[in-house]
Amino acid sequence: MPILQPIGRAFLGFLEVAGRLTVFAGTGVSHCVRPPIYPRLILRQMVEIGYYSLPVVGLTAIFTGMVLALQSYTGFARFSAESAIPNVVVVSITRELGPVLAGLMVTGRIAAAMAAEIGTMRVTEQIDALDTLATNPFKYLVAPRLIAGVTMLPILVLVADAIGVFGGYVVSIFKLGFNPGNYIKNTMDFVETMDVVSGLVKAGVFGFLITLMGCYHGYNSKGGAQGVGTATTNAVVSASMLIFCFNYFITEIFFAR
Amino acid sequence: MTETVPKIRMRGLCKAFGDKVVLDGLDLDVGQSESVVVIGGSGTGKSVMLKCILGLLHPEAGSIQVDGEEVVGLHGQDLERVRRKFGMLFQNAALFDSMPVWENVAFGLVQGQAVPRNEAKEIALAKLAAVGLGMNVGELWPAELSGGMRKRVGLARAIATTPEIIFFDEPTTGLDPIMGDVINDLIVKCVRELGATALSITHDMASARKIADRIAMLYEGKIIWAGPTAEVDRSGNPYVEQFIHGNAEGPIEMEVRAL
Repeated sequence: MPILQPIGRAFLGFLEVAGRLTVFAGTGVSHCVRPPIYPRLILRQMVEIGYYSLPVVGLTAIFTGMVLALQSYTGFARFSAESAIPNVVVVSITRELGPVLAGLMVTGRIAAAMAAEIGTMRVTEQIDALDTLATNPFKYLVAPRLIAGVTMLPILVLVADAIGVFGGYVVSIFKLGFNPGNYIKNTMDFVETMDVVSGLVKAGVFGFLITLMGCYHGYNSKGGAQGVGTATTNAVVSASMLIFCFNYFITEIFFAR
Repeated sequence: MTETVPKIRMRGLCKAFGDKVVLDGLDLDVGQSESVVVIGGSGTGKSVMLKCILGLLHPEAGSIQVDGEEVVGLHGQDLERVRRKFGMLFQNAALFDSMPVWENVAFGLVQGQAVPRNEAKEIALAKLAAVGLGMNVGELWPAELSGGMRKRVGLARAIATTPEIIFFDEPTTGLDPIMGDVINDLIVKCVRELGATALSITHDMASARKIADRIAMLYEGKIIWAGPTAEVDRSGNPYVEQFIHGNAEGPIEMEVRAL
């Protein structure tokens, strides 16, 4: 049946990629915990992921908080429910928008850069050279990136949470005429520890996914400049998709009753 | 070392990528402290052979022994231990462009043998001097080097760990004839000084004649002729004759599609 053939082929292809990715992730994680560990490389990646992403993530967060306050106001004012704005802002930012938007921005910066760098190393035989110099590429390239991703994303998201709430505050106070004291009090009353914690757990998972996709696609790229380009695109697209997908399931674990 | 145990022994090596058979029962011995050059056209699987020995590719069938130890199927610590015997000069040098030249040369010492960094730097600079590059080159970045300099840095990196076996992947490709000859001289000198075993692949006959004790020709996944360098001109093998004279006419038919 020629109609069923493409479906079967696509499904087998999907299983193959899923299996390969799982093995890759397992190998990468196992090298994170087995010596030798390279502190210098981990630190360098932490600076790259954490420090240099701050401006991008901060700007994203502040404008998101600002627009959130403004949009909620135009909607809620109709029902005289303006007092719910601090609640809406802080819960949306900490639970969803902080981790997801920070994750997507870091994907754009980091997954792409990692796929391009490791991909270029692959096609110029630098990864083979690592092997011949008795250095495991997983240990040297993949593990430091995974560690840095998992540790740095939650910190970035914590900063994004604060900046995002601040964005909402600025618009509410200076544009919508809220009382600053009340706004802060409302925010602190509404926000629960679980809101922030769930966001940070998401961030850790996203950090893993972003760096994993960057490394996986870079590591398996082939065929010169075009192959590296494809790897970069695939890394960004797949990391973004996985972020949305995992975001739903983590939310379900935390908040579905 | 006894002559009965060659440094590298390959038997019946087979490797295919999908439907494309690259190595088809390759047999080759490389003796202790011998320099063997494998010649053959582009895409005949010369690089694949080297990568199989290093464990970067896994052959479908056949055996590879290094010092009498089977290396096909090794992994983890055992594979790393065997790899420490090797140094390799890659075709495009494959220098790490995220670090300066001296760190490239010192990489195998620092990562593989846990030599302290300042000590490794001294060794690296000495190795750079051995390939005719000054102190100042050590601080440059790989992107700042010319093709010939990259090859020399690659050579310095390959010899830095004083390996027992060195692989040269197309050492003169992409260089002008004079620089090619400089590299050939350096290879001969370095291999002799280290007393290392060398296995090179090339399609540059001038280079092969210069660095080889023995030449082997790879064609369609098999070694079709092997013998001392001096005998390559009277091999009596039509394939070898065609190759060393670079004739388009002969038993080797290039797959050229008519326009």
